[in-house]
Parts: sequence; structure tokens; C-alpha cells
Amino acid sequence: MFGLGLLSGLLIVPLCGAAFILTLSGDEKAVAKNARWAALATTVVTFLLSLVAWNRYDATSASFQLVESHAWLAETIRFKLGVDGFSMPLVLLTTFLMPFCIGASWHSIETRVKEYFIAFLVLETTMIGVFQALDLVLFYLFFEAGLIPMFLIIGIWGGKRRIYASFKFFLYTLLGSVLMLLAIMAMYWQAGTTDIPTLLQTRFPVGMQWWLWLAFFASFAVKMPMWPVHTWLPDAHVEAPTAGSVILAGILLKMGGYGFIRISLPMLPDASHTFAPLVFALSVIAIIFTSLTALMQTDIKKLIAYSSVAHMGFVTLGLFTLNEQGIQGALFLMISHGIVSGALFLGVGVVYDRMHTREIAAYGGLVKRMPLYAVAMMVFTMANVGLPGTSGFVGEFLAMMGAFKANPTVAFFSVFGIILSAGYALWLYARVIYGRLEKPNLQGILDLDNREKLILAPLVALTIYYGVHPAPILDVFAPSTEALMTSMKAALSNTQTAAAALPLAR
Amino acid sequence: MPTVQTVQTVLPSLTPLLPELILGIGVMVLILYGAFRGERSVETVNVGALALLLVALFVVMSQPAGTKVTTLSGSFIQDGFSKVMKALVLLGSAATILLSRDYFQRERIDRFEFPILIVLCTIGMLIMVSANDLIALYLGLELQSLAAYVIAAFHRDDLKSTEAGLKYFVLGALSSGMLLYGASLVYGFTGTVSFPGIVSALHEDAGFGIVLGIVFVAAGVSFKLAAVPFHMWTPDVYEGSPTPVTAFFASAPKMAAMAMTVRVFIGAFPDVTAIWQQIIVFIAIASMTLGSFAAIGQRSLKRLMAYSSIGNVGYALIGLAAGTEEGIRGVVVYMIIYLAMTLGAFAIILSLRRRNEMFETIEDLSGLSRTHPWIAFCLAMMMFSLAGIPPLAGFFGKFYVFAAAIHANLVALAVIGVVTSVVGAYYYIRVVKIMYFDEAKAPYEVMAPGLRIVLALSSVVVILFWLLPAPLVGAAGAAAKSLF
Repeated sequence: MFGLGLLSGLLIVPLCGAAFILTLSGDEKAVAKNARWAALATTVVTFLLSLVAWNRYDATSASFQLVESHAWLAETIRFKLGVDGFSMPLVLLTTFLMPFCIGASWHSIETRVKEYFIAFLVLETTMIGVFQALDLVLFYLFFEAGLIPMFLIIGIWGGKRRIYASFKFFLYTLLGSVLMLLAIMAMYWQAGTTDIPTLLQTRFPVGMQWWLWLAFFASFAVKMPMWPVHTWLPDAHVEAPTAGSVILAGILLKMGGYGFIRISLPMLPDASHTFAPLVFALSVIAIIFTSLTALMQTDIKKLIAYSSVAHMGFVTLGLFTLNEQGIQGALFLMISHGIVSGALFLGVGVVYDRMHTREIAAYGGLVKRMPLYAVAMMVFTMANVGLPGTSGFVGEFLAMMGAFKANPTVAFFSVFGIILSAGYALWLYARVIYGRLEKPNLQGILDLDNREKLILAPLVALTIYYGVHPAPILDVFAPSTEALMTSMKAALSNTQTAAAALPLAR
Repeated sequence: MPTVQTVQTVLPSLTPLLPELILGIGVMVLILYGAFRGERSVETVNVGALALLLVALFVVMSQPAGTKVTTLSGSFIQDGFSKVMKALVLLGSAATILLSRDYFQRERIDRFEFPILIVLCTIGMLIMVSANDLIALYLGLELQSLAAYVIAAFHRDDLKSTEAGLKYFVLGALSSGMLLYGASLVYGFTGTVSFPGIVSALHEDAGFGIVLGIVFVAAGVSFKLAAVPFHMWTPDVYEGSPTPVTAFFASAPKMAAMAMTVRVFIGAFPDVTAIWQQIIVFIAIASMTLGSFAAIGQRSLKRLMAYSSIGNVGYALIGLAAGTEEGIRGVVVYMIIYLAMTLGAFAIILSLRRRNEMFETIEDLSGLSRTHPWIAFCLAMMMFSLAGIPPLAGFFGKFYVFAAAIHANLVALAVIGVVTSVVGAYYYIRVVKIMYFDEAKAPYEVMAPGLRIVLALSSVVVILFWLLPAPLVGAAGAAAKSLF
């Protein structure tokens, strides 16, 4: 249809859903109800469509697939879409999490329901677009466009300090990203195109790579977020509505990691190698420092937010080990963290909807009244800790293994992160779920209803399934990772730094 | 037939002048009609002026883009650049007439002189766009300015409006003087006023006199552009003038002034780029910085738009500072998009009316998304676009000028530009915050039809530009190409 392929379809379907919701009018209650169902239908259709794309995707190949290219700004800046082993799983993660977000907002959003779901569907398009774009300008366009709906979601439907949080989120990420825009332009003038597959073959002069790398780093480090530019995240998480937090933790944070693996590592290999120690240092600080910070939190969402920063530290650590295990582990951790942290925020949303507070001290002994909830939260907490048998383990383990290979000292320090994560996660679980059910207003709290069971059950299943059987995801990453390693090795051994690069070539 | 031949050799070719002639003759007829019919003629004169502008727009659009035609002994040029910039000027003027009707009727100052002054001003602007020597440039500029001084004070019983007119006139006269002084220096040191003549008379090591001349010319044009450090008049004049006049000042004359600036520097001084590049870089940095920082504290929407326009001129000048073809393409793309954003924003400001009271502060937008969801949505998109957030059009405007700056190795300029754009984003999204996050106030009256047309057209450009950017970018590319 109009020469558009499956991947454009993934971008268009949510927009069509948003347009449909926009046309709804009449009685406020009816509009809200129709908007919910329309949004759910749209996200489910998008998910099914992404499964069709997945079905047509050949996981054994490292090349870009389902590519489509339309005329756009110029012959050299095209509207080009495609997926490979790095982006396909993230597209699936996005489309998979969206119906859960809609479900989680079913009753908790009472005001301006129509606008809420429009914002979410537009956000879905921009997120899918980031992972599908095969042109740097297009990538930037989607990367930044997501700020608009997220700004509105935090600002309109957020908590008490929503305005502060939304401004901080918006300006912080914008400041990071504008430098990336300049870097994209510099690459354009150097290579004559912003086509990603072409740029992957282009070798940039080493001196230029440094500047480009730093500009991209400014953007991805904020988005990731890495210490010390992570401070927007706890605020945004705490103030955002439940579904907003799920999307933030589940998808938006992955854009930073995706940017590293799509742009920084393959296009700027020399600079990546040079700056790897810097990333290691920041990652280790993030892992230890934010884990300690998490221990001290009194707000459940803030605690999980800090734990996200710590986990993202493992992702950056793994990516910049520049070896296969590290990168595979980081990628797996991104997917796993997307599911687990999303699920944790959904879990917090369950009790928040009932009690309207996120204070840890306001809870205790929930297991007595909510046994099912306690089980689900236990699985997610364990996955957050990285217990073997859950998906959290696989990624962290591989990332640590890669780190050990690249730099044992770094690996040594990052292990403390795992111990600390066990500390804050289990302590949180103990304070909220265990203990005596003393608080009078908790006496009447109800266990999961059918909608919540429907939302949490698939996530529990996936967390355990990918914990014991990670191969389906790792196999998708493998060809692209291998191709990346080969090209990086070639690039590094070509340069003067060949001697320094030797340990990598093992 | 010897007589005919003589006529042909004596009379210059008038085809390139057709739009100006149509407007000139038409406006004379309208003046006579208005003078005879008196105040009853307002409606007809308005429609007539709008029709004239649209006819002129049609003629401009049907002029060939690829060829350069000069006439009036080479002092008037018609090329691809003039075609695009004239179309923008005419669109801005036509939109002003649409925006002004309802406002002037309600304020009871709807006199037939207003559309006539707009058309006269437009003729001046068209001449500025097409000027190919310093004299023609000055003539166009003065015709434009004189009409503009009058309409700034159009609300003559209003203290602020008269003050705005007076301030604009005094400072404008000063800047015209500076421009003229600079032009005379250039003439004195090159012996010619025509742009091609200046090009051939100048070489790399131009003397100090030329430098001085260029500095004065730059000062003159930056006043017209409202660029720092010659921006002081802008906030007061924008605030004091009747709002449709503010919309006009922010749109059409900006297009003409930018066209004139490009024409002077690229047309007359292409070989001494080193001299004027530093001036333009300074003006650009100063304008962007002041535009974004000074706007933070503003409460009046009109003052906010004034500082926003100062900042935007700074961004557009980045393209000129690059001094390359892609830089000028960036300038043209930027101006196209800036025109749409400005007109859209002013259409909304003009719609903030309850009974006979106009509302002009940012707080008056409070909760607009609840009372007028569509208007609020459009204004939010304008604001995000002004902040340069993709996929809205404003992003592409910035994209092209920054790309040109990077290519011309003006990295520091580009970095300062993007950083100030983040500062600017703060006050733009604050408007969004007030509309979407704050409590609603009483609803405003229904938008007048003229405002709706302008808002709808500009919103389409701003929101959907990313889907089909090729036509506008292509037109801008052709315009830039004709200058090199």
C-alpha cells in the first residue's frame, strides 16, 4: 500500500489509533471508555504486526532486514527503515510493553483520558521509530520527538512535583541531544550521507572520532542515564504516572544503550576504545553509588529508579568491554531490565492505586492480604537482584564475564553492585510485603483483580522463561554482535593503536 | 517603425517589475476609492488589498525561477531568490490583513488606510528584495519603513501605540542614516553603487574605508532585522503596537530585511567574506543569547514574541555567517518556517478575547487546553517548533542552518547556537506548561474566520512539514542557487 512496508506500518498504526481517539466525542464517560478500548486494540494490533515482522525476520543474518527507503529531505538523507539483530528485540519489547501500559492506566487515569491515550500512542510511534531508523537524521527526529508526549504525560498526569520533574526531564535530555545533532551534521559532511548502513562502512579520522564520540556520549549518557547526569531520572520516575514510569524504565532508557551499540561502537571504534576507561569508571561509580543511594530511599518508586541507574551501569560496562560476552550481556540485560523494571513499576502501581502513597513506611505485611501479589513481586525482586533462574541473572553474569576479561579491577568493583542490589531490593521487599499487617488502612486491602492478574502473569512467566532459557534472545543478538566484533577488530588493528588493541583481539 | 524602437530602448523592460506595478497602480485606485467613499469603504478596500496581494503573489509565483533578469539599468533584479522571498513577503502581508479585520472592527479603529499602508509597505519590501544597487535598496527600505512607522501608531488614541510609533520612527531614522552613511562609504571607496560593480571593484585586501562602510551597513540592516545590538526598539514597539501590526512586524518585514541582508552581503561583498563574517557571527551569537535569556522573565506574550523574534533572527543569521550556498538555503528554509510559526502564534494571541477585552499575558493562557483544546494544541505545536523539537518544522529550520555552519567550520557558533536553543526551549515549554498543566480560566470567544484560516494554514506547515519536506526545501535550494 503506497509502497509502504511492514516497518512503516508499525509507525503508522499507533498514529492511526491516536487519530481515531482524537475523533471521539460526546459524553465524557463514553469517550473515556472508547478511548481505553481503542488504545488497547491499537497497541495489540501493533504488537501482532511486530510479530509478523519478527516472523519474516531471519535471525541468522547480521544484515539489515525488511528495509524500506522513501524519498525525504534529500537524496542522501532518506526516510529509511530497517531492523537487525540489535533493533528487532527492542522493537518487540516496545510493542510488547505497550498493551501493559494501557492496561495499567485503565482505572488510574480519570482526567483527560482521551488526551492521555493519544499521547501514549504517539510516544509508541516515536519509540519504535528510534529503533527502526536507518538514517541518522531520522533517528534523531524520533529520538527527540518522544520528548513531547513524555513531557505532557509527566506534566499533566503526574504527581505533586510533576511540573518540576517534567521540565527537568525535558531540558536535561534536550541539552544532551543537541550536541548529538551537531555530530550528525559533521558526519554528514564527512561521509556525504546520513545513511546508517553506509556510515557503518565509513572510517572517520581518529581525531574527528573523539569529538563525535563525546557529542554522542553527551546525548546517550543523559538518556541512559549514567552517573553523574542521572538526576533527572528519579524525579521523572517518581512523578510520572505508573505507565509513564514503565515506559521510561522499559524503553526510553534503552535508547541510550541502543545509541551506543548502533552508533558509538561501530562507527567510532577508535574513540570507543580510547574512552572505554572513562565509561568503565562512570559505570562502576554508578553501580556502587546509586545502589547505596537506593538503600536510603523512603519512596518505593525512587528506590526502583535508582536501581535502574545501577543496572544501566552494568549495561554501559558490558557494552564497552568491547568483547562478545560483555556486549551480549549488556544487550540481554537491556531486554531483561525492560521487562523486570517495567513489571516492578506495574507492581508498585497496583498498591499505589489502592493506597495512593509510595512511602515504604506506609506498607508492611501485605503478604497476609495479598498473597498473589507477594508472589509476583518476589519474582520481579529476585530478577532485579539477578538471582540465577531469572532473566536478570543472565545479562548481569555475561556483562560481568566480559568485564572480567577486559579489566578484572572493574569487574571486582562492579560485583559490589550485585551485593548491594540484593540489599536494597530484598530490604524493600521485606518492608513492604513481610512483617505484621499493623496499619489500619491496610486491613481492607484487596489482592490482585482479574485485570491485574492478566497484566502481571505474562511478565512473571517471561521473567522466569528467559531466566532458564535465554537462548532465543541471545541467538538474535549473536550474528549482529559477531559482525560488530569483526568490523571493530579490523578497524582497531588498522589504526596506530593496534598494540593497545591487542587484548581485545583475543 | 522607428518610434517604437526608440520607446523600447528608452523604456526599460517592465516585466520583472510586474508585481510591484500591480500593487502600485492598485493601491492608487484604492486610495482614491477610499478618499471618495470615506469610512464606508473599509470593507471593500480590505478585500481589494487582499486581492491585490494575492494577484501579486500569483504573478511572482509564475515568474521563471532559473533565470536572472535585471532592469532599470541593472538596479532591479528578478531571480530565484527574489521569487521565494517575495512570495513570503506577500504571504505575510496577506495574512496580516486577514488577522487585522476582526481586531480593528472591535477596537473601533477600522480605517481604510490600514490595508493601503500595508500594500505600500509591501511594495517597499518587494523592492528591498529585488534591489541590485544601494540606491534601490535604500528607496525600498524607506518606503517600507515610512509605512511601518505609521501603522505602529495606528491606534492613535492609545498612548502606548503612539509611543511605539514615535520610538520606531526616531530609532529607525537613525539606523537608516547609518545605513546610508555606510553606503556612501562603500560608494566612495569603490566608485559604484551597483552590487555587481562593487564585486568587481573589491578584492581580498580591501581598505579600511570599505571595512568601515560594511560595519555601518551591517548596523543599518541589523536594526531592520531587530538583531542585537540594534534590537532595543523591538520589545517596546511590539508591545505598544496594535497586535495585528505586531504580527505584521514579526512576519513580512523580517522576510524582506533578511532578503536584503543576504542580498547585500552575498550579492555585493562575496569576495571579502572574512570582513563581514565576523560581524555576522557576533550579531548571531548576541541575538541568540539575548533572545533566549531575556525572554525568560517576560510575562507579556507580545514581548515574549519580540524576544523570540530576536533569537530567531540570530539563528537565521548563522546560515548567512556560513556564507555558502547551503547556508543561504538554510536561511531561506528558516524564514519560510519562521513565517508559519509566527503567524500561527499571533493568530492565537489575537483570539484571546472576552467581550471587548484583549488578553495578552502568558497567564491568560492558563488551562487553555481545557477550554479550547484545538487552539491550545496548535499553540503548543508552535512553541515546540520554535524550540526546535523534531518532528516539527522549526527543527528543520535549525537543522539546515546548523548543518551549514558545521560545514563552514563554524563549530563554536553552532555549539553556542544549540545551547541557547535549549535555554530558549525553557520559555517556550513554559507556555505549554501554562496551557496544559495549570487550572483553566473562563473560555474565550470563538475565533474570527480570518484568524482560523491563518492558524489552519500555518499549523499544517508546522506539524506536517516532516512528512513532505522536499517541495519547500527544494524551493529554498533553488533560491540559494540563484545567488551563487
